[in-house]
Parts: sequence; structure tokens; C-alpha cells
Amino acid sequence: MLRRILALMVKEFISIVVDPKSRIVLIAPPIIQLMVFGYAATFDLERVPYAVYNEDRGRASRDLLALLEGSPTFQLAARVHSDREIRPLLDAKRVMAVVHVGPRFSERLLRGEPAPLQVIVDGRNSNSAMIVLNYIRSIVNQYQSPAGETAPAGLRVRFWFNQNLESRWFIVPGLVALLTLVVSLLLTALSVAREREAGTFDQMLATPLRPGEILVGKALPGFIIGMAEATFIVLMAVYWFDVPFRGVIAPLYVGLMMFLVSAVGAGLMISALSVTQQQALLGAFLFLVPAIILSGFATPIANMPPAVQYLTFLNPLRYFLIIVRSVFLEAASFEVLWNLYWPMALIGLVTLGAAGWLFRRRMY
Amino acid sequence: MKGPRHSDSPSQKRLMRLGGLIRKEAHQIVRDPSSIAIAFVLPVILLLLFGYGVSLDAEHVPIAIVVEQPGRETAGFVAGFQHSPYFAPEIMHTIQRAEQALMHREVDGIVWLRSNFAQELLGPGPATIGLIVNGVNANQARIIEGYVKGVWSRWLKHTALDQGMTPGPTVAVEQRIWFNAEMRSRNFLVPGLIAIIMTLIGALLTAMVVAREWERGTMEALMVTPVRIQEILLGKIIPYFILGMGGMAVSVAMAVWVFEVPFRGSYGVLFVTAALFLLTALAMGLLISVVAKNQFVAGQIAIIATFLPAFILSGFLFDIGSMPKAVQMVTYIIAARYFVNILQSLFLAGTVWTVVIYNALALGIMCLFFLFLVRKRMKKRLE
Repeated sequence: MLRRILALMVKEFISIVVDPKSRIVLIAPPIIQLMVFGYAATFDLERVPYAVYNEDRGRASRDLLALLEGSPTFQLAARVHSDREIRPLLDAKRVMAVVHVGPRFSERLLRGEPAPLQVIVDGRNSNSAMIVLNYIRSIVNQYQSPAGETAPAGLRVRFWFNQNLESRWFIVPGLVALLTLVVSLLLTALSVAREREAGTFDQMLATPLRPGEILVGKALPGFIIGMAEATFIVLMAVYWFDVPFRGVIAPLYVGLMMFLVSAVGAGLMISALSVTQQQALLGAFLFLVPAIILSGFATPIANMPPAVQYLTFLNPLRYFLIIVRSVFLEAASFEVLWNLYWPMALIGLVTLGAAGWLFRRRMY
Repeated sequence: MKGPRHSDSPSQKRLMRLGGLIRKEAHQIVRDPSSIAIAFVLPVILLLLFGYGVSLDAEHVPIAIVVEQPGRETAGFVAGFQHSPYFAPEIMHTIQRAEQALMHREVDGIVWLRSNFAQELLGPGPATIGLIVNGVNANQARIIEGYVKGVWSRWLKHTALDQGMTPGPTVAVEQRIWFNAEMRSRNFLVPGLIAIIMTLIGALLTAMVVAREWERGTMEALMVTPVRIQEILLGKIIPYFILGMGGMAVSVAMAVWVFEVPFRGSYGVLFVTAALFLLTALAMGLLISVVAKNQFVAGQIAIIATFLPAFILSGFLFDIGSMPKAVQMVTYIIAARYFVNILQSLFLAGTVWTVVIYNALALGIMCLFFLFLVRKRMKKRLE
């Protein structure tokens, strides 16, 4: 039995590796995607273009605006001298924010009155708008803390696991999970459908191979290649992107194995369900796209309505994302993670079982 | 028997051939209804799922409030969290218990009022409120920090007023959020999602159609007929274009009526730019299909080259201006980038001609470029 599975596996590997186009699809895109997405996917803002409308001639406004100008987050893009100039700048997205200092700003501060500072922000991307406002507020706080009276209670903020709030520490470990899913699912989803269309699957069913053996032989290459890709991306995350790896390897790899079983299972089930490659592709798309968007990769699951949150329990990516991130950043151990392993194992068992069953039943 | 008469002009013949091709494609679409499902059912499902599912507005954030010594002062502070819609606070009495909860991801943050809080507050020195936030998701952490600061500064103002103090000389930041005053993340995410979903659908519709004909050998059969290559291409594009525009209309209608995103621009401009974008997406699908030649590879490229780049590099979620310069260059070849820009402006800001013209021009150039490449690759094969 082992020999038969091995033979089938070798055949699968050959069919993947020998075709130069399939080979390229396996190797180049994950590397390119890792490099591009690793740098692109960040919520941190840099070089935010802003405009200044200063009607005040006093010292206070000059000092405050200098602080803003000196910040690496902001980049002064324009100075305006009338209200009418603001609209076109914001409309055309030439600036993201306009800071407006009224004519009596410094004078009011000197007299001990509150002085308003108007900030107009482009809200088309409300998340960026909120971050920009927070940045400006903290600069204003920084400006007034030496001079301003001490508040009765101060807030001391600390961020655990990611002291400087680097988005990259969140996104790059996420890419380990995301790209591994894409590769292992694509490999398996089209594999049976392709043979079915070519008619070779019927031949294989006529050999002494049992459906279970076909299943294992088809699943293992996806599993092994997925393992290799994930290892490569983990190494890149640590040595190229400098994301701290604070945990130990074992909990990560146990999670990776469970995750790959569920991903390969889903791929084989899609493949077994479809008659043509077009259907298999559609199936893979229909699985991948929601699995990625509703996984917590970019936007938190906690923000979703309860009905959608329940749906995410069916998504293996959801569990593995938490495992990768917490092993990387929180040094999570088995004790914290065990309840994330079994749902993936369950998804894997169900999908692999269904695929094996469909191999036998669905012959046309 | 009817047939082409010899007196027909060449242009009439061309139209007839094109008509025949479109009819053939239409038959194929109707007989295998998966294309119709892709164009109409898929956008509805995806938009419903993602429109509700993708949100950056945190509400009911689980947070632990450690009150080591409850009293009147701490009660006033804690009440601010209990009344805030942003938090679901849980009162704890030891920091150890709270840290345990943070480690197990039961709470996203801890607000820590030490036992000497009341004493320090009433005494001379400023009291310290500790805030610990799980920083793994940096963006979420920043949002939570902002919310806590909001509660804190409101509480400061109240205590100051209670004690009859007047506010000192402070710079008061007055914020004006244009285009999206209530800061609903859905208002910008849903238009972006339309662009992403249509990228997917455009590629899905066409990515495999030419590859399929090559694989089955029917392309060679088409090549020996008098049909020209341009006509084959048009015959492939026109039916799927009509299907795609239908899907686009459904998506926009849902954005406006289901998700209540305001639409402030002109529908005419939307129609023209949407058509341009869809043509680009279809041309890209065709290009993949022509280059790959077999369905297996075409399918994989379609998934890798369309959805993920549109999701991450289009500016729909992540700000392009903050990406490194080299990555910004890459975003210029992502068609969705231009359409996301146009849609976000049309929906929220109105018809901003500078935005529309620049992005539409870029889309037009991309579309022509893809079509040119498709045409070139097809010709090579004939020789």
C-alpha cells in the first residue's frame, strides 16, 4: 500500500514540477507577493500630505506648526491663504488634511483663553482620517504639555507584544497563513478536475489503487509543498522583515500541519465536486475570496455582525492566523492554543472524508 | 436558401461574422449558466458578505478595568466606560487576573486604577491611570487607544467642572471630517469592494474562455474560418461585457439601497468609468487566457494576479501614499487602483473632475495596452 501511494505521489510531483508553467506558478508568485504585500499592507501612515492655512501672526502658531512640519508622519504640501483654496485641494486628494489657525490664536493663548485649532480631514478613507486626527492631537498635546497646567490624572499607555505598533508585525505573519493557503488550495483544487477532464482519472480508478490511497497520494504533494512554502515565508519574516519570533517552533508547526490538512481537504473536495476545470477554478475562488476577506487578516472578526462571525468558524484561515501571530509575537504555548487546533483538524477530516467519498461516487 | 450575397459590402460581412460569433458565445453562456451566476449572483453574495463583514469600526471592545480599591472617584471614571458604546468593560480587582485575560485574548486591553488612585487624585500629585493594549493588531490597538483617550478627556472635563475650575489656556482641536462626517468605514469600504468584486468577475468570466478553446482545439477550427482575430476578440468581449455591466449595476444599486452609502456624483460618469474599468478587467482576463494556453495555469494566474493585488494594492484598505516608493510603482499597474479612486470620490465627494479624468485616462491606457498584447499574442500563434 505504501509503495502504491509513494508511486502516485511521485507521479503527482512530476506532473507539477515538469510543466514549466505550473512550476513557475508555484515558485515566483509567493516570493513576489510576500515582498510586495509585506511592504504594502500597512495601516501606518507616512508622509501624509497636508496644507496649512495660518491667519495668525503670533509665535504660538509658528511653534505648533513647526512641530507638525518636523514630524515624519506629515509632509507639508501646500500653504493656502483663503477658504476658497481648501476645497479643490481636498477634492483632488492633493492633501489629506488642512490645518487652519484662526487670526487670534496666539493672542487668545496669551490671555489664557482656549484657542481653537481647526482641522479638516478627508474622510473618504475614514480609518486614515481617524489616524491623522489622532496624530495631530498627539502633536498638539506634545506642544502644550510643557506649558499647560498638569491634569489631575495622566494616562500612561503601554502596548503589549508590539510596543511601537508596527503594522508589519501583524501583516507579515498573516501572510504566512494567507500565501500558504493560496498555494496549497490551488494545487489540489484543480488536480482531480484536470485528470477528470483528460480522462485519466477513470484510468486511475481502474488500477488497483484504492480511493483512500488516491486521496492520500493527491493530498500529500499539496501538503509537502505547503509545508515548504510556509517554512520559507516564516524564515523571510524573521530574517528579512525582522518580525520577532518569540515563541517556540513546535506549536507553530502543529498548527501548520492541521491547517494544511484542512486546506488540502477543502481543495480536494472542491476538485472532487467539479466536473470541469472551470468549475474547479470557480470553486477555488468561491472558497478563497471569502476565506481571506473574512479571516481577520486585515479587518478584525470582532467588528463583524454576529451572523458573519459564526460563519468564520468554518474558515481554517481564521484559526491559523491567530496561531501564527500569537506564536510570533505573544510567545504562545500549546496551553493557550489547543482550542484552535481541533477545529482545523475537524474541518480537514470532514473535507477529506467527503472528497474520498466523492471520488467513488461521482463518476461521469 | 438565404446566405451572404456577393453584393454585400465587406463591412456588412464583418458585422454578420461578428454577430455569429456573439450568438455562439451567447449560446454557450446560456447553456452553461455558470457565467450568468458569476455575473449576477456572485456580486450579490460577495457584496452582502463583505459589506457587512469588512469593517474597521470597533464597537463593544472587550476591556478589563482593574479597580484595586473601589470608591466614589473610581466609580465616576468607570461609568464613562460603561456608558460608551465602544466598550464592553469587565470589572476586575487584581491586575494578575486581567493580565491572564489579556494573554488568553479574552480582553483587548486593560485599564488599571491602582489602590492609591483616589488618594493621588485628591492629593497634590497627578494620579496615574495605566492602559495596556494588546498591540498585535496595531491598527486596532491605535483605535482602542483613541477611544480610551476620548473617555479619559471627557472625564477630565467633568471633574474640572465639578470642582468649579475653568479650563486653562488650551489648544482645542476642532475636527471637521469632510465627505464622511460620521466616519463610517463602510462608506469607503463598500465602493472599494465593488471594484474588487468586479475585478474578480471580469477575470473569472474571460480568463478561461480562450484557454478552453485552445485546449479543446476549437480555436484552430475558428482560425481556419474567414473570421478575423479582432472579430474573435470582440465576439468574446461583447457578451461578457454586457453580463459584467449587469453585475456592476446590481452592485451599485446594493451599495446605495442596502448599505446606504451616499452617492454624490453623476451616474453618467459612473457608467462611462465603470465600462472602461470592466473592459480593462476583461482584457486582462483574455490576456491571461491567451498567454497561459491551458486552463490549469490560466486559472491559477487569474487567482494570483487579480484578487490579491486588487485587495492589497488598490488603496481600498491600505493607504497607497504610505507604501514604500518601489511598491507604489507596482500599484500603478493595478487597474483596481484607479477604479477604487474614482468610486470613492463619486460616492462620497461627488464628481471631482481632476480625480475622474486622471484615473479614467490611466484605465483607458491600460485597457488599450492589454488589448494590444492580446492581439499580438494571438497573431503569433497563427504563424
